[in-house]
Amino acid sequence: MADSPSRIERPLSPHLSIYRPLFTMVMSIVHRITGGALYFGTVILVWWLLAAATSPGAYDLFSSIAGSWIGRLVLLGYTWALIHHALGGIRHFIWDFIHGFGAKERELMAKATLAGSIVLTVVVWIIGLALKG
Amino acid sequence: MSNPKTHHAPMRTPLGRVRGLGSARSGTEHFFMQRVTAAATLLLSVCFIVIVISLAGSSYEAAKATLGHPIVAVIILLTLLSVTTHMRIGMQVIIEDYVHDEGKKVLCIIANTFFTVAVGLAGAFAVLKISLGG
Repeated sequence: MADSPSRIERPLSPHLSIYRPLFTMVMSIVHRITGGALYFGTVILVWWLLAAATSPGAYDLFSSIAGSWIGRLVLLGYTWALIHHALGGIRHFIWDFIHGFGAKERELMAKATLAGSIVLTVVVWIIGLALKG
Repeated sequence: MSNPKTHHAPMRTPLGRVRGLGSARSGTEHFFMQRVTAAATLLLSVCFIVIVISLAGSSYEAAKATLGHPIVAVIILLTLLSVTTHMRIGMQVIIEDYVHDEGKKVLCIIANTFFTVAVGLAGAFAVLKISLGG
């Protein structure tokens, strides 16, 4: 830090507010937003584990809240965020190996991430609800 | 650095600074660890989703029996370790991007560490209690 010339005025490049939102741009910020949501959503998972470790009453309380209308909506959102972030992560892995930087490839991967996240979320929930009976 | 108004020009060359990694003595650890934990979480979360789905709407006894199974318990413990490490690095990047006040930034990064360690440890304790203590 000591040897960095910090007081030189440099021109700034146009920032987010200047650009028209592009699909790939939106998908990039959604990756960060889903990551942030999952960060706090992990509390739900730990609550579930703690409830199972505590008592039948604590577990029933969790089950009734998680099984309620609003609880299921949150869990549906959590499932989608998890799958979207996972697929977005695979996209980053592909970029890490220096593939998929072309204009068409970027668009295609972004679309595949969005479509895949919705399809897989629906599949997971259909299986879950079917097993629940 | 070529600005003639800078009186105290850096003595070290850009290459030297890169090789020396600066005063923090670290460079790409976060980048690399974020990839390692991402790969681990990718595999583990598939197992985790299977576990959760199999327990959807199950009774307390059934949930405890499944969570207490050694393979399930180890998978969840590994998931917690991988996920909370990934969470900590990811949120630190977000904090560093958006919180510019130095004091607030340091506080946020410390709070981030507290939160992720607490979440991880609480989850691990719950799994171990179910598995070992009943």
